[in-house]
Parts: sequence; C-alpha cells; structure tokens
Amino acid sequence: MSQLFKRLSPAGDAAGEDLSFHPEDAPLAIHDLTVAYHRKPVLWDVDLDIPDGKLVGVVGPNGAGKSTLIKACLDLIPRASGEIGIYGKPYKEQRHLVAYVPQRESVDWDFPVSALDVVAMGAYRRLGWFRRVTKQESENARECLDQVGIAHLADRQISQLSGGQQQRVFLARALMQDAELYLMDEPFAAVDAATEEAIVSLLRTLSEKGKTCLVVHHDLATVTTYFNWLVLLNMRIVASGPSETTFTRENLQKTYGGKLSLLEKAAEALRHTVE
Amino acid sequence: MPDWEDIIEVVLLQNYNTRLVVLSTTLLGIAAGLIGSFLLLRKRSLMGDALSHATLPGVAIAFAVMVSLGGTGKALPGLLLGATLSGVAGLFTMLLIRNTTRLRDDVAMGFVLSVFFGIGVASLQMVQSLPGASAAGLESFIYGKTASMVQSDFHLIAVVAGVASLISILFLKEFLLLCFDDAYASAQGWPTFFLDVLLLGLVTAVTVIGLQAVGLILIIAFLITPATAARFWTQRLLPMMLLSAGIGGISGWLGASISALTPDLPAGAVIVLVAAALFLLSMLFAPPRGVIPRLMRQYRLRRKVDRQHFLRAAYEILEDSQSGDVVSNSPFSFAHLRAKRTWSLRKLRHILKIAKREDHLEAADPGMLRLSEAGYGEAARVTRNHRLWETYLIHYADIAPSHVDRDADLVEHILGPELVHELEDFLKQDSISTPVPPSPHPTSNENSPS
Repeated sequence: MSQLFKRLSPAGDAAGEDLSFHPEDAPLAIHDLTVAYHRKPVLWDVDLDIPDGKLVGVVGPNGAGKSTLIKACLDLIPRASGEIGIYGKPYKEQRHLVAYVPQRESVDWDFPVSALDVVAMGAYRRLGWFRRVTKQESENARECLDQVGIAHLADRQISQLSGGQQQRVFLARALMQDAELYLMDEPFAAVDAATEEAIVSLLRTLSEKGKTCLVVHHDLATVTTYFNWLVLLNMRIVASGPSETTFTRENLQKTYGGKLSLLEKAAEALRHTVE
Repeated sequence: MPDWEDIIEVVLLQNYNTRLVVLSTTLLGIAAGLIGSFLLLRKRSLMGDALSHATLPGVAIAFAVMVSLGGTGKALPGLLLGATLSGVAGLFTMLLIRNTTRLRDDVAMGFVLSVFFGIGVASLQMVQSLPGASAAGLESFIYGKTASMVQSDFHLIAVVAGVASLISILFLKEFLLLCFDDAYASAQGWPTFFLDVLLLGLVTAVTVIGLQAVGLILIIAFLITPATAARFWTQRLLPMMLLSAGIGGISGWLGASISALTPDLPAGAVIVLVAAALFLLSMLFAPPRGVIPRLMRQYRLRRKVDRQHFLRAAYEILEDSQSGDVVSNSPFSFAHLRAKRTWSLRKLRHILKIAKREDHLEAADPGMLRLSEAGYGEAARVTRNHRLWETYLIHYADIAPSHVDRDADLVEHILGPELVHELEDFLKQDSISTPVPPSPHPTSNENSPS
C-alpha cells in the first residue's frame, strides 16, 4: 500500500517545463529544485549541472537529501518546484539513457528469484509488456554478472549472497540497461573490500566509455580518489566542481557543520532574547 | 461416519450435486494460489483481508436493490457485483485515509476492515425486514456455504477463476518486478499504480467468487496459506506459483469433499483447515526451507566440525611427537588429546564414540588412542585442507569473502588447482616437501575456535 497512492499524482510537473536554458549535452541539469516531505523541505533551490563523462561523488551529512536528489531525478517523488533535464529533456522522455542503482536495503532479499533473474530485470523495458526474458537477454545478464566478478553465482537465490554480492547484483542490473547516465545510491555502503574494488574498477570502465556516473558516497577518505567531480550537498548545493578544487576544508565545514552550528547558535540566541 | 462408497463417490466427483461444489472450490483454489503468491510477495496480506470484509455491505445493498426491482434478491451475479463495488469502495477508503492523513497503513486497513464489516452486519439485519422477500441465507456469505450452489453459479466461478489465473500468468514478469522493487519499476517507466490496481483487482475477483463457498472471513486464508506453504519448497517464483496453485486446488477439492461427506462441517472452514495442514507439513518438512531439514543440516554440520577438530588435533599430536619430514601413524595418549583443545570430557567421549563407529579409531592400550588406516588418511586430508584455507585467508584476505563455503570437502573444487598449487608453494617454507604442509601458526595447545 505504501507506494500505491504516490502514483496518483504524477511525479513532477513535467508538462510546461522550460528546459530551453539547459545545454543539450549536459547529462544532468537541475534548476531551482525544491522537494518537501510533509511540508518540510528536504532539498531547497538546488541548481546543479553535471558535465559529460564525469565520475561524480555526492557527499553530505545524513538527511542532507542525497537519496532524495537521485529519486527526484528519476521522477520517483513529486517536487515542489524546479526542472530537471536529462541530456536536455525531461526524464520521462529519456528513461532509456538512465540506469538506477537503488540502496541495497530498499528491497527484501528473501525473494524467490536468482541473481540472474534480478539482473535480467534490467532488460524488462526493452522486452516490453508480456514478453519473457529471452535466451539472448539471459546471456547478456550473465555477461553483466561477469563484469562485476560474480558470474559463478548466477543461479544462487539472492538471500544466499553476501551483502557485497547483492550490491554487485544491483550494479549488474544497471549495466544491463546499457545506459549513458548511472545514478547510484550508496553502492559502497557496508560492502567488503573485494566488492569496493570491483565497484571502483567498474566506475573507471564506465568512465572510459564516456558514461556519466553520479554516486552517493559517505566516505570522505576515499571520495577524491574515486571521483573526479564532487557535489557537496546539505539541503542546498554547497559546492560542485572538480574534486581537487572542491574538496576544501571550508566547503566541508559548510557542508558538515560550520554553517549548521552557526544557525543553531543564532536560534539559541534568539530564544534567549525572547525569554 | 460415511462409508467407503460414499467417500469414493464424492472424491471421484461421481455425484452431480457435489461435483459442482468440488469443481468450483478446486478452481477457486488454483486461482487463489496463483494470485495469493503475488499478494504475499507484495506484502499486502492485511490489505486483502480488509478488502474481503469490505464486501459485506455490498451484498446487503445489492439484495435490497434487487428486491426493490421486483426480484427475489438472491441472484448470485447481482450479489457479487454489489460485493465487488463495496470491496473497491473499501479499497479506495484505505487509499484516501493513507493519502490525506498521516496515519499509517495498518491503521487505515484496520479501520476499513472493522467499519465496513460493521456496516455490512447492520445492513444485513435491516434488509431482513424488507417486505416481500426473504433475506435468509445472506449471512452465509460471512462463513461460506456451498449447499446452495447451482450450475450457473459454477459457470460464473469457473470463468472468473480461469480469467484471473490467466491474467496472473500473463503479467508474471511485470508483477515480479513490482513485488521485488517497485521504485526501480517506476524508474524504468512501468505503470506501478496500474499494476497495483490490477493485482488488487485480481484479489477482489478471487475474493468475490469465493464468498459463496468459503466466506469473507476465511477467504484471506485461502489466498495466503497456499502461497506461504509453497514458499517453503522452492527458491524460484514460477515453481512457487505452480506449487501454490496445486496446494490451493488440493485444499479446495479435499476440503469441499470432506464437507460434502459430513454436512455438519462448513466447507469454508474445512478447506482452510486442509490448506493449513498442508502449510504445517511444508513448514516442518520442506527440504529447502523447512524447520526439520534445517535442524538436521545444523546437526550434521556440527558433527562434521567436531570430527574435523578431533582428526586435526590427532594429526597435530603425531606431528609434534615426531621429528622428521614424514609423519607416521602411532598411538597417542587420551590426556594429550584432551589438552589439545578446550572440550569437555563428556563431549570428547562422545566424539571418540562416533570416531570409533566411523572406523577412524583402532583398539589401543588403556589410556591410549590409535587412528585406523582410514582415520589417519582422513586426518592428513583434513589438516591439509585446513592449512590451505588458512593460508588462503591470510594471503588473499581481500577476495576470500567471496568463497565462503569453508566447510567444502575439497579446497581444490573451490579454489581451482592453480591456486592450490600456489598456496602449497606458500606453505613450503624452506622447501620441505611433505604431504601435509606445516601450519602457518604454532599448533601446540591450540584453543582458538576455527
């Protein structure tokens, strides 16, 4: 039931969007995006342009709206205002260019399907209504599993995979879509070292092929080595740019506390004067 | 008690009256099994329950409408149409509550279930007093009653069950995606709202045609139980659905047959009890996920670990007591073995008893133990495997977690001959050539669990 009613209202006001200002080639261009849950804003006036072919790391504290940003790009949640352009057009016209890797915890892994079945879901859109997974697509799915290094686990039931292996199944499913823009929600969360390595090398491969990857990340220690473009997010975009110039003490302070504690101090001061 | 002839007559559908009932509950069971699988995987069982309770006001209202139009008010299609409409109304009330308030799903469902059922019970009482028609028998929709079934009822049930089953198979791929990952489905552009409505529409269809035979209180059990039972037997969706359809069909067939033989027992209750019995059997005995097979697997694994600990301890004692490259089999003392690991006396005696039964131990002097030829060979093999694994974990810690089957009998099968050679090279410090490589860590008085 939880998901049911959300679909009643079309996500986003795709009609009447003015996307003329977006450069045609930008994989992702967000203008003036505001998203609110129960009238409480989660993202506020977000403006963001992601250049082509970059490995983009999105970092920010818990509750900064990182996952919300990705979901808004995919029209999964309604937005209060703003436009999002995928290669210059609204998402619903560009679905075939975008692959989504949800958080691993977002699904129930005790589900009666094999790893290969999940990867094959990446081909459902091209198969269309009612058509079963073809032999050819099964082969493709096996290759995608091979690219993330777990082809030998293709026929395992998914609850019998380790967390890292489950994450790789999700990545393989995204590969199956053969997209241009990859939106990944915390793929590095709670994975083993081998999986982390596999994901990094996969990101590099995608980047070499000219694909753009936007990855929600939580580990500041690795963020500059894994990504060449950084987005620092805390409800608003704090900074966005090449990793080496964006990953500064000042920006991090703004993202992770400096500004927040200042606001808190102001609120505290205000409360005292009122009392 | 019915005699054998009666039983055979009913079970083999030779009696015309029971044939209609049994066939329709069987078809109903097959449809419920198929659609219930998706209801279960979509985690909407409680919603199905609220939906079935919400059908009751529609039955009473449809009766009143048909009476006012001059009929008897008992025509099944009319009653079921009313049930469908009020079930759908209940569903939309749930959605409305959820969307316009911040109440949780379970509150919305509990509210709709009880309020609609209350309205239904009250309006059934009210239509009893309508002039010119008897509403007697309408309350059988609550608990289910098969006796009143006629041929046209059977046709209606058969057609609806058949169509609903076909749709559920047709949309297999779409429903699978919806149930597993609805956000991903939306992102790919699948109309998840439509698919959810379709799925609930199928649930409504099965509920409504099951009202007469099974009743609205028990129909949810008929939807959920076969699918839950089937889940114990398989890890794949299609086999699960077919099995669930089979269990549903058998429950409907057996339940209606038993009820036909003993007219005091209402069909709905017996059908659900048969399904519950099949569920219990599945839960206890199904090999992949059943309780008893799982306990047996745990027991066997524990025994295997015990045996390997014993054999390895024995081998290491032999190794320590002998100088030279080749370890040979010789007697060793019980006290020595006991000091090797932290096992209780009782446990060690038990392990030794099993080792004797498995012919891993030979007769020896009092206080002494001696491995048999087979036991010695096994001990060498177990020790070698253990050390290869340890070395592997030490040198390949990064990729090791992807090879978690550590209790596999032969490392070669997991790691491949090349890697095993490499590991053996790691172990051959100072180029000592032994059939069993030295341990990568000190082995005397080893207490660490492994």
